[in-house]
Amino acid sequence: MKILVCISHVPDTTSKINFVENDTQFDTQGVQYIINPNDEFGLTRSMWFKEKSGASVDVISVGTAETEATLRKALAIGADNAIRVNATARDAQQVAKEIVAVMQENSYDLVIAGRESIDYNGGMVPGMIAALTGMNYLNNCIGLEIEDNQATAIREMDGGKETITSPLPLVIGAQKGLVEESDLRIPNMRGIMMARKKPLTVVEPTQEGQQVQTVSFEKPAPKGAVKLVDPENIDELISLLHNEAKVI
Amino acid sequence: MSVLVYAESENGQLKKIALELASFGKAIADQLNTNLVAVTINCDNNDLLGTYGVNEVLATSHQGDFNAQQYAAILSEAAKSKEAQTIAVSSSADSRFLAPLVAVALNAGYVTNVVGAPISSNPFQVKRSVFTNKAFSVSEITTQVKMVGLSKNAFGVHENPTTATIITNFSPAGVTSDMKVTALDKATDTVTIADAEIVVSGGRGLKGPENWHLIEDLANTLGAATACSKPVSDMGWRPHSEHVGQTGKPVASNLYIAIGVSGAIQHLAGINSSKVKVVINNDPEAPFF
Repeated sequence: MKILVCISHVPDTTSKINFVENDTQFDTQGVQYIINPNDEFGLTRSMWFKEKSGASVDVISVGTAETEATLRKALAIGADNAIRVNATARDAQQVAKEIVAVMQENSYDLVIAGRESIDYNGGMVPGMIAALTGMNYLNNCIGLEIEDNQATAIREMDGGKETITSPLPLVIGAQKGLVEESDLRIPNMRGIMMARKKPLTVVEPTQEGQQVQTVSFEKPAPKGAVKLVDPENIDELISLLHNEAKVI
Repeated sequence: MSVLVYAESENGQLKKIALELASFGKAIADQLNTNLVAVTINCDNNDLLGTYGVNEVLATSHQGDFNAQQYAAILSEAAKSKEAQTIAVSSSADSRFLAPLVAVALNAGYVTNVVGAPISSNPFQVKRSVFTNKAFSVSEITTQVKMVGLSKNAFGVHENPTTATIITNFSPAGVTSDMKVTALDKATDTVTIADAEIVVSGGRGLKGPENWHLIEDLANTLGAATACSKPVSDMGWRPHSEHVGQTGKPVASNLYIAIGVSGAIQHLAGINSSKVKVVINNDPEAPFF
């Protein structure tokens, strides 16, 4: 089985978000980058298939040279090969089409992408890959088993979950639950040393055009003043919620 | 030329997010000076959409379980038959699942997490949340057909009464699928985080799962959904489906009550869109404050 895990190179979850150049660019100064958490849940699940059934795992990212450190981390966690499409990510369809172009060179049985990245939160790359290739697709995946070319997956939906069976090939949108937070692997020294020798192939982009562009950014309005209510004075809280905020 | 919305229903009844989406679609239709069309699937109260400004409802039926590919095919065909210029969907799990398939089928530029009516219709610019609610961006869609996903509770439900024409003979060619739903586990008696007007959330300050009845009692009294912080779900006190925050679920309720939650930056990112927050904490220096 050949697995492709799509990796987004995103600011660490604790990053302060600021903008520069007249609020048109994200301020990368002092920002640490990580594997997008939803992608990492998928990558970790694919390691399990690698160990259990000898699956090969490729990772791919569409991005400039800075993203290579994040791909190397994925290799240190245990991926076999990394591919970087040498392009600045402009919008989701461009990213999906670049990934599909690489997929056509190697036929994958399972393609995993996080349900959304934590930076631009588009939430559409896995679905677009499926639509562009005609592969079956499942979003919000919180459980995945594969046996005899048949996947059994659990999809989280609003207020519940459902179990779905599908033949391979399959695209999934991964999220927490696919593996537990405690299953995530911190690369050890051996993994880091081995990652240096694993192939990281850079391919040139094939897609032109753009459908969506960011005109500008803004930060949310600063948080309003906090009203402190004494625990002995619950009536005041009820009054504030009922008469002032009108939410209960 | 029209604006098309996918109005979701459950057990034959329109969901509240469908009424909000219709209200949002009406605002776009007014900007573009065109009519508003809704697509419904297995819905029994289509007439209600007229109250929120829908001029025409393409009422279709679907046999069997929800299937994103099949639902996306219905929407894509409806959009083509109506020559829809703008398609709007909600942020429900189902709509987020099927919408990218529609966007590819229509070659539409698609923007999610939109927080209000378009800033301008030509060029078509919308404001959306990015960096998991830590910022906003103004995004411009440059394709001929545009697609937008509305954040929950971002526009509100607004009446614009008209009489909707219900079209029942719209029967798009189906697509076959070899994906099968083999088990469904859906709570019918509890309020979900996605639909809730009020969410009651517990953190490590609760000290253990045995104290969760405090959260549940309050939630039951208020008709609220229950939620928890990330450490609580990681420790297995509560299921992952209750984890709200940057890597969990977003909350956009009218009232969010956080009990024993410190309010780390990742938690705040997930709940920022809630309108009123009540925090119960014995640490006056907690990041929440």
